Amino acid sequence: MDWVFENRAHIASLTLAHLGLSLPAILLAFVLSLPVAIAANRVRPLREVIVSGTGLLYAVPSLPLFIVLPVLLGTGVRDRANVIVALVLFGMALMVRSAADAFDSVPAEARLSATAQGYSRWGRFWAVDLPLAAGPLLAGLRVVSVSTISLVTVSAVLGVQSLGSLFTDGFQRGIVPSIVSGVVITALLALVLDLLLSALGRFAMPWLRTGERSPR
Amino acid sequence: MKPPPENRRTARRLRARMRLVPGLAAVGALALISSACGADSDPFESGGGETGTVVIGSQQYYSNTLIAEVYAQVLEDAGLTVQRDFEIGQREVYAAELENGNIDVFPEYAGSLLQYFDPESQARTAEEIRDGLEQALPEGLAALRESEATDQNAMVVTAEFAQEHGLTSIGDLADLDDLVVGSTPEFETRPYGPEGLREVYGVEVQLQTIDDSGGPLTVKALEDGDIDVAANIFTASPAIAAEDLVVLEDPESLVPPENVVPIVSEALDADARAALEEVSAALTQEELLELNTRSVDEQAAPEVIAGEWVEEQGLVG
Amino acid sequence: MSYPAEALDLLLDPAVWGGADGLGARTLEHLGYSLLAVGLSAAIALPLGFAVGHFGRGRNVVVASSGVVRALPTLGLLTLVALFTGLGLLAPMVALVVLAVPSVLAGAYAGIESVDPRTVDAARAQGMSRWQVLTTVQIPLGLPLIVGGIRLATLQVVGTAILAAYVGAGGLGAPLFLGLRTYDYPLLLAASAVVILLALVLDLAFEIAQRLLRRLPGLR
Repeated sequence: MDWVFENRAHIASLTLAHLGLSLPAILLAFVLSLPVAIAANRVRPLREVIVSGTGLLYAVPSLPLFIVLPVLLGTGVRDRANVIVALVLFGMALMVRSAADAFDSVPAEARLSATAQGYSRWGRFWAVDLPLAAGPLLAGLRVVSVSTISLVTVSAVLGVQSLGSLFTDGFQRGIVPSIVSGVVITALLALVLDLLLSALGRFAMPWLRTGERSPR
Repeated sequence: MKPPPENRRTARRLRARMRLVPGLAAVGALALISSACGADSDPFESGGGETGTVVIGSQQYYSNTLIAEVYAQVLEDAGLTVQRDFEIGQREVYAAELENGNIDVFPEYAGSLLQYFDPESQARTAEEIRDGLEQALPEGLAALRESEATDQNAMVVTAEFAQEHGLTSIGDLADLDDLVVGSTPEFETRPYGPEGLREVYGVEVQLQTIDDSGGPLTVKALEDGDIDVAANIFTASPAIAAEDLVVLEDPESLVPPENVVPIVSEALDADARAALEEVSAALTQEELLELNTRSVDEQAAPEVIAGEWVEEQGLVG
Repeated sequence: MSYPAEALDLLLDPAVWGGADGLGARTLEHLGYSLLAVGLSAAIALPLGFAVGHFGRGRNVVVASSGVVRALPTLGLLTLVALFTGLGLLAPMVALVVLAVPSVLAGAYAGIESVDPRTVDAARAQGMSRWQVLTTVQIPLGLPLIVGGIRLATLQVVGTAILAAYVGAGGLGAPLFLGLRTYDYPLLLAASAVVILLALVLDLAFEIAQRLLRRLPGLR
């Protein structure tokens, strides 16, 4: 604990850097997955191709992607943008399927009656599809947020600062508290964000309050 | 167990949807705030461009970061604004950023740096390397006076192993079969790697990669007999004294001397250069070993160890 | 020549594949590590998941603790365990099993829970023991989801097993880290391509297995 206390400023700045990489990535992965999922659901024959295709991004090992992306994007290797783009891709690998399934779970009758009431496609999306799919969407977002926060640490191997730097440095100098604090804080961040998202869900979607039952 | 009529449920959700919007906005705000904080604490993006700010880089190696921190404190004492861009990966990553002026100061190791910029170089002694560097450094970069301290890859064995096989120099390894050398993955491609060992000393080795810069895992592997020789423990490593290890002599200079040398941008002013050269003068082999030992034993942050050292050495104030 | 073309050249060169540390041997090692890790996690997570799904108790505890386990960063676990165990497979195995367990577990209890309670009641009414209900009704009917969990775990493990090389084990991480450290893009791309291909082949095998399962009599 002494080590953690003495290095608290360093740990705090790494924690901030960690959030600076992961939060934008989580948000972008979520937002970008929605149109992809909707498009996949609209064009039925391509649904499986699109959903499985993005899912397979998960098979790409993270480390090489962090290095190959700058070649494709034309950025510097240690640019935070690379790391964020890579994290967004991994997040979408999980989120597109969740989102496609979530929108699929919206009962056809509800959509038909909304159309009958004169909703435009766009209006129906905001008024019917999104709220009805919100439960499973949130569940998907929570998985993405946990996995992203944990995945960020890998970029430390490349020299991008995050809580993962506590692993690489602790490993070189043999400082067990450094690695342990990195593991614990990463897990805590993931859990806190998960609790926040879950609280947000309860606040924004009171019909889910009675339990975690999501419409199937 | 019939669900409530679809339209009733829908209506309930429609009302609830109104509350989704502020929620989403909150998530968005959170992400924006955090990315803004991230940008503040992030040294990479604003790099180099601002006038009056000196950007100091360091390798992803605790000892190098410690030296970089010493440079930073000395330059701050000289009145400069310093931006620390530490723990960058290998030379292959940061060399480009030195060349394009994103980084102004970097603690470097003379031998490997020369081999990086001039792979054909035959320089073996510290003087030859110094001359070679002056030729080979790209425009806009200068090598300041190097320190006496070297921190280089060495062939290291346990005292027990050395005694058992009568080893004092790398060449003595030639008599041994099935030698396993532990080192970083890139050792394979270095001039002093397996090929160099074969050509210069007639030693055949098999590489076991260990990616901890000669840290505890390498030492443990030596002691457990998983590897016979460690090629990633540096000569300034505290482990050599602490774990009773033997550095094999290198009479043919297979591994070029790696004196610690400040590499700086041509634009760096004379006062700053003088301050860095004072550091070089103070950084003897013993002092570097002492710094590294404190870093590994006390496990304090670089700024603490460096702060005490520059104080002791009278380099600030 | 562009990096991808150079990488392709590497992959088409038989010399790159042969030898003790050639790509062929590394691929087999990688496959071996991955299967071992998934096998171990299945041995841990399947019984636990079946029990939770069958008895319907402890679900919240299991969901919450697998949430915590999911949040553990693999690189941290790997370096931490390696400091104590040294070189070898133990540290990567611990890290990979920890990575795989939550997915297998979630598939296992979701699979058991997905079986219509009326079917389970009917089986009980016919005088089946709990064990018989589990093994002859719930597991076979829940198999698509159970296999789905193992499939996801495999995908995660194959991609992450490259980290084994960080602590001196082999696998496709070895050429990958070499490429990474020397910024040898063709080697890096070639090694990554093999990892991706391996993941795709395994995923395809699972896809086929899942389709075959669905066709079995008595299953959807």
